[in-house]
Amino acid sequence: MTVTDTTPAPAHQVGGPILEASGVTMRFGGLVAVNDVNLTVREGEIVGLIGPNGAGKTTFFNCLTGLYKPTSGQVRFAGTPLPPKPRAVVKAGMARTFQNIRLFANMTALENVMVGRYCRTSAGALTSVLHGPKFRREEHETRVRAQELLNFVGLGRSTEHLARNMPYGDQRRLEIARALATDPKLILLDEPTAGMNPQETKQAMDLIFKIRDSGLSVVVIEHDMRFIFNLCDRVLCLVRGEALIEGTPGEVQSDPRVIEAYIGTGEDDDEDDDDRPQDVTEEAKS
Amino acid sequence: MTDVQTETPAAEVPAAPKAKPFAWPLGLVGVALVVIGSFLSWSYDGTILNNLSINFYPGGLQILAIVAAVLALVLLLAEQQGPLSNLGNWLDATLGLRVLGTGLTLYMALVLVAISVESDGLINVNPGGYVSFAGAALLAVGAWLLPLRPQLRNLSEARTPAWLDILAIAVLMAALLFVAAYALGLEDAWSFILCLLFVAVVATALFRTGAMSWVAQAGQRHRKVLTLASFAVAFLFPFTQNGSDANMSIATAVLVFGATAMGLNIVVGLAGLLDLGYIAFLGSGAYVAATLSTSAFATIGWKPPFLVVVLVGACVAAVLGLIIGSPTLRVSGDYLAIVTLGFGEIFRFAMFNLDGNNGPNLTNGPNGIPGIPDLEVFGFNFGVAHHPFGIELGRFSNYYFLLLVLIGGVILAFTRLNNSRIGRGWVAIREDEKAAEAMGVNVFGLKLLAFAVGAFLAGLAGTIKAHQDGAVSPDQYIFLESAFLLAAIVLGGMGTIAGVLLGATILKLLPEKLRFFSEYRLLLFGVLLVLMMRFRPEGLVASRRRQLEFHEEDEELAEAVEHKLLVEEAK
Repeated sequence: MTVTDTTPAPAHQVGGPILEASGVTMRFGGLVAVNDVNLTVREGEIVGLIGPNGAGKTTFFNCLTGLYKPTSGQVRFAGTPLPPKPRAVVKAGMARTFQNIRLFANMTALENVMVGRYCRTSAGALTSVLHGPKFRREEHETRVRAQELLNFVGLGRSTEHLARNMPYGDQRRLEIARALATDPKLILLDEPTAGMNPQETKQAMDLIFKIRDSGLSVVVIEHDMRFIFNLCDRVLCLVRGEALIEGTPGEVQSDPRVIEAYIGTGEDDDEDDDDRPQDVTEEAKS
Repeated sequence: MTDVQTETPAAEVPAAPKAKPFAWPLGLVGVALVVIGSFLSWSYDGTILNNLSINFYPGGLQILAIVAAVLALVLLLAEQQGPLSNLGNWLDATLGLRVLGTGLTLYMALVLVAISVESDGLINVNPGGYVSFAGAALLAVGAWLLPLRPQLRNLSEARTPAWLDILAIAVLMAALLFVAAYALGLEDAWSFILCLLFVAVVATALFRTGAMSWVAQAGQRHRKVLTLASFAVAFLFPFTQNGSDANMSIATAVLVFGATAMGLNIVVGLAGLLDLGYIAFLGSGAYVAATLSTSAFATIGWKPPFLVVVLVGACVAAVLGLIIGSPTLRVSGDYLAIVTLGFGEIFRFAMFNLDGNNGPNLTNGPNGIPGIPDLEVFGFNFGVAHHPFGIELGRFSNYYFLLLVLIGGVILAFTRLNNSRIGRGWVAIREDEKAAEAMGVNVFGLKLLAFAVGAFLAGLAGTIKAHQDGAVSPDQYIFLESAFLLAAIVLGGMGTIAGVLLGATILKLLPEKLRFFSEYRLLLFGVLLVLMMRFRPEGLVASRRRQLEFHEEDEELAEAVEHKLLVEEAK
């Protein structure tokens, strides 16, 4: 299955490939959670990742971001292979958010974003203790940049709020701001609108467009089909760990296999959406 | 600038308090009786409790009772219309009175017990003692009958002129110095305990009235003044001792313990790593200083100046920290605790066995290295007494000042690391290690750094400790010491400065001052820790963040903290 797509270029500027994942496979014992998935993301592109629950979308994300070391396959970012270490991945320019929000709950919004700046600053222990010029410069820059990012995602007035006290939608946006603080070239969003009402979803979509317009590439996992088909330039559909189809929203939307994967055909296979190892391994053999 | 006090009018409409008309006069009578009783003789025996036997010549404990009574009088007056009624709007006087009344009754009861234990039986209590006791009881009853009044204003949000803030800090610090000097000057255990009880009661009463929250706010606004005042008080303490070394030796021990605990506080309180073998780093610093000293038993021929020794000792400890840390920091929680515990024991046994029989002779084994000479830095001999301004400062005072500089450095390192990107990284790791890693925080590196910095500071303290003790031996660095350091942190409040220093003082001072206490200290500290874990897991002085972490479910607390943050931001 080749993934290098030939879809017509979207209206905005799309550059060369920034992320190239080829043949990514992740096995947990006998269970093949992700099987030989390829994905290419270009600069300035929004790519959607859909699939029924348990299709391996988040596992695939974890393989990309170094939380898991893929059993086989390679992830290249801006032309160089990524080591399977989360920190190195962030340093290379790929940041992520989490499906279940993982903010630093007892820190304020500003502090959360400032933590995101960690990997782009380097003041050591000595200059921190002595308050050397480097420390002061970096600390000031970090604070200013963090506030900018909070303004960017629309949380400029919540600077001193504790993350745990913020409304759900704000927490999602704060997580995006924190990811943006790492100066990424590509941002991976894991279900950014889960649990949001239509209005918040609309705001999230605007925010993602804004992020894209500032020159970043975006990969989004979502279950909200309207959201994903309105947002994305391309969509990859994963089913039981395998890439089912990849194409423009229109192509994916009308593909009978996608509909089948979500709704089922009414035949023998019960659609309890979980990866069942025997099924997957059988498919892997064939 | 917004005027905060106008933003918070009385939140709830004052419910008409059901007044018991006799409650207030009852309290007044109680206060009067306490004062009158305190001017009379308390005990027949003049040789106990620093002589409470003379009429109209109150002894120390009687003066404390009078002070508490006067404080109660002020609060009583604040309850009613009159010159102090304005104060009553700000203070929650009733709560304070309840604490004072109950505490004073307890105090008097303890005095009676003390008299009957020290001499033979209650027969030796003179009428004054009973009068004061009855007065205290009346005050307590009156206070509990007084209705709780809705507080009109919150003192913590009061805005007062800067000079008043600074004056309050100065008065508090002066009182602290005076009380410390007075309490340490008390020779017998009963007086000391009663004095501690008095301090605890008055402090609790002030907290309950809300007066302390105002002082705390004042301290927040004038942080530099507070810090300077604290150090000034600590600096002045030796001058109150008239050259006596008895209390200064305790004070230096407290400082060594406190400095080490502060170092451990970086590891435990900031980075959230449980280290049960921390005393080994203090030990390694001390052993380095000992072996490089001019002691006749020192095993290494190189005798560098002390400043070099300090650096070498600290660096050796830091390297040990890195060596123990790099393989073990990949495990977390319980495993790390066990490994560090093991390391502490390895250190002790290594020092025990490096005696020439089982390896090179570095430490003289169980004999240790005695006869370490006093420090002499830039011609200043720490071993002899000095007489600045005609006041004698003995050997321990010299070390006390050096340790004060050390602890200042440790506190500086602690706060500044905490308020840097490194500190933020540590908090992030404590909160969610996976997320921190995924946000580019160098989790392993930061943990290792905490270990190394903590070890470095302990090594620093160790080099001074070796000279101050004059000897090092393996049995000084047992597991129990590590446990005590950890207990000081947990008791005082993880991640705080004031709390850990308070915890260190309590844990070191009480066994030194109270001989009978030292026999049961393990039992008593154990009980104390269990109670703390049940009722106040964040420690005596709570760090804002730790408090939040310990009360994950407490929404109100989170709101309150956030409100504080917003108020600070507004200012």
